[in-house]
Amino acid sequence: MALKDIKARIDSTKKTMQITKAMEMVSAAKLNRAEQNAKSFGPYVDKIQEVVGSIASGSNAKHSMLLTRPVEKTGYFVVTADRGLAGAYNSNILRHVYRTIQERHKSADEYALIVIGKVGVNFFKSRKMSILDSITGVADQPSFAEIKAIASKAVGLYADGTFDELYMYYNHFVSAIQSDLTEKKLLPLTDIAATKSKSSYEYEPSEDEILEVLLPQYAESLIYGALLDAKAAEHASRMTAMRNATDNANELIGQLNLSYNRERQAAITQEITEIVGGVAALE
Amino acid sequence: MKTIQVSVVTPDGPVFEGNAKMVSAKAKSGELGILPGHIPLVAPLTISAVRVHDVDGKTQYVAVSGGFIEVRPEKVTILAEAAEIAGDIEVDRARAAKERAEQRLASNKQDNLDAARAEFALKRAMNRIDIATKR
Repeated sequence: MALKDIKARIDSTKKTMQITKAMEMVSAAKLNRAEQNAKSFGPYVDKIQEVVGSIASGSNAKHSMLLTRPVEKTGYFVVTADRGLAGAYNSNILRHVYRTIQERHKSADEYALIVIGKVGVNFFKSRKMSILDSITGVADQPSFAEIKAIASKAVGLYADGTFDELYMYYNHFVSAIQSDLTEKKLLPLTDIAATKSKSSYEYEPSEDEILEVLLPQYAESLIYGALLDAKAAEHASRMTAMRNATDNANELIGQLNLSYNRERQAAITQEITEIVGGVAALE
Repeated sequence: MKTIQVSVVTPDGPVFEGNAKMVSAKAKSGELGILPGHIPLVAPLTISAVRVHDVDGKTQYVAVSGGFIEVRPEKVTILAEAAEIAGDIEVDRARAAKERAEQRLASNKQDNLDAARAEFALKRAMNRIDIATKR
């Protein structure tokens, strides 16, 4: 390779490295915020869980969202990112969901998809799988109001019998370098821990009417919680992916520098040989 | 004087924390007044103002968009999908939300789900305007 070409490659790799480094730092900052969001959401969902648990355990209250019914159609709620450059973040989920659907269902009538994120929407569209509802362009630090519409729609579709169970797929944030693919059965709410709370409540007006308000609110908050979790995982995996890219660029620049120097030395040596040869020819 | 701890929590984090000598809220079944030592209670709320009467005799208004109230003898927790302290409400934004909701209500009468949602939004906006101007 000519000297000029190597020089050009070194320059372009350096520029790429600047970008990946900046993206890494941006993602790190966003990850911090995302973790804080998840933390401030904690008390809310804990409290709801406690109240729901104490109603569900202490009574014979029956609500359609608590009862398992024969499954004719399954809903899938898939959380992906809007952009790539996040390592295997999107492909992990999408591959898993796609495979699960292929295994479980024979026809397209047996499942329904609800998708968050552009990457997921494009993936299912290109495979001609119909998407019931989707939302893209969710902010990096989503507020509850932003996803309220899609969450309550998902819960509503279960309530009106469009599907009989709802699974949620997202990446659970473990640490900056690890996130776990999570499959969670959202509806019916079968795994409400029957917490024995200290106080047995009076219900005003009645348990059933409270469940009517409480359970959809609970299910929606679970969706929101999953989204916050997924956002943290997204920022983390983007940060890691960008760090890897920066490291790779560094290594590549090292190699290119080495071959640049070698090439330059070879050119000098050749020039000297030519001069010496020329002088020898004159004598 | 006996007081009761009050916290208003939303998915976006806590909105209000404090002590009060009385809390009044509007439940679906009617007005509730809660004093310290109240028996444990759970009740769904309407879109309304929660009034926290604090120890100095002042009253704080908190706008809530439904949700429910959980009462224990020493603590009141209000869980709502959205809540705002009266002082934090941006009246202009609430007015804009109100207008949007009214337009949507006027434009689609046939779609029930959308209409219901718009009506809900309208109620919330009016509640916020109401509370912000009352103060």
